[in-house]
Amino acid sequence: MTTHLTTPLGDEVLDLQAGDRVTLTGIVYTARDEAHLRMQEEGFPFDPKGAAVYHCGPVIGENCVVAAGPTTSARMNTLTGFLLDAGVRALIGKGGMNDEVLGLLEGRAVYLAFTGGCAALAASRMKVRGVWFEDLGMPEAVWALELDHLPLTVGMDAHGHNLFGDVAQRAQAEFVRMFPK
Amino acid sequence: MHRVTDSQIFRAVSDATHKALEIAQIRLPEDVTAALHAAYAAERDPVARAELSAILDNIALAGETGKPICQDTGVPVVFITLPPGIPLTTAIEEGVRDGVARATMSVPLRPNVVSPLTRDNSGNNCGERMPAVHISPGATFTLTVLPKGAGSENVSRIAMLLPSQSDDVRRFVVETALEAGGRPCPPIILGVGIGGTFDQSALLAKEALLEPIDTMDEFEQQICDDVNRLGIGPMGLGGATTCLAVKVKRAGCHTASLPVAVNIQCWAARRATVEVVL
Repeated sequence: MTTHLTTPLGDEVLDLQAGDRVTLTGIVYTARDEAHLRMQEEGFPFDPKGAAVYHCGPVIGENCVVAAGPTTSARMNTLTGFLLDAGVRALIGKGGMNDEVLGLLEGRAVYLAFTGGCAALAASRMKVRGVWFEDLGMPEAVWALELDHLPLTVGMDAHGHNLFGDVAQRAQAEFVRMFPK
Repeated sequence: MHRVTDSQIFRAVSDATHKALEIAQIRLPEDVTAALHAAYAAERDPVARAELSAILDNIALAGETGKPICQDTGVPVVFITLPPGIPLTTAIEEGVRDGVARATMSVPLRPNVVSPLTRDNSGNNCGERMPAVHISPGATFTLTVLPKGAGSENVSRIAMLLPSQSDDVRRFVVETALEAGGRPCPPIILGVGIGGTFDQSALLAKEALLEPIDTMDEFEQQICDDVNRLGIGPMGLGGATTCLAVKVKRAGCHTASLPVAVNIQCWAARRATVEVVL
């Protein structure tokens, strides 16, 4: 079953479980390392309450999305706390985040995984609605992108479950069974 | 027979490079698409099915819209076969560079090639000794491109095993896939080079990625099954499909040496071969 979510997000994200499928519609804000640092210093250019932050360095053409696949979220592990404190309800990216972030998500937000490399799919479900911090360059700027039912997987939920962590642990155990030494 | 001029070779190689890159970036080879469809049909895990479904939708959309399959258009690795009568001149390498620069503008490709230490971006996907060009003799003049993304390239590994460790080859390959986890955008394809020298094993592993993935020998199938038992699944979210195929290439090696290289390829296993027309 797929849950349809629309931004701004509220308490409905608390009902989600790791492994659930969702679609997301509405505005998301891209942010990579540089944008996180800038927002920490200067504050948010958008209203963070109920917002979704997308770990993505997009390629934007003439006011259209050329490619906007997810970037590796783990790079932003230590830069995430202030987003959640300000009311951000969802982080979107690939690869998952660490236990510190898992703790921070508890009772307030979720991590959503977008399929790596799906550039054409992303481009077909996104429109450009605004941009801030353009001086950081196209991939590092904060872009407001409007999503139309982007398909996502709940990778980390608000109850302390991390699908990526569980899978990695099981893989490690299976490896030891296969090659005991 | 008229002697082929350098400028004819330059033009023909440039055109072939341009054309091959255009095909490779937008359309996956049929064997790869078929393997992804088969994985989707066989997969029971709902999360894995959803991830594979997104991948298949993406492949179809790229074909319909003429847009690149993935935003990481990679760095081009080029393999050329040269028939008798075609001189091996610098025009070949220059033709490749010209074709890559043209494709960077027209497809377009993301400019990914930078100077290794200063990180200055050349803007055209060429650089010092880049793209990599590998030339071998053949019956026909063909050019194959393998655009290689960094997500999967970065988790590739090489090991100099002890000659007495031949049983450990399988372990090393599976361990490489385990360490890589979800980072290389699984389902992955593993190119494995066994033997040769340090450098040769890495090239064998890359060449193995040029092989069609619809068949595997017993050794390849066994490693593939082992990797799939890890349950990493598409994008590291779990499932039966971690690895679509394992392809192995071997070379003779020194009696005191056993190099093994594993080159990991993401699901967007792009490659295209075109004839160089003079």
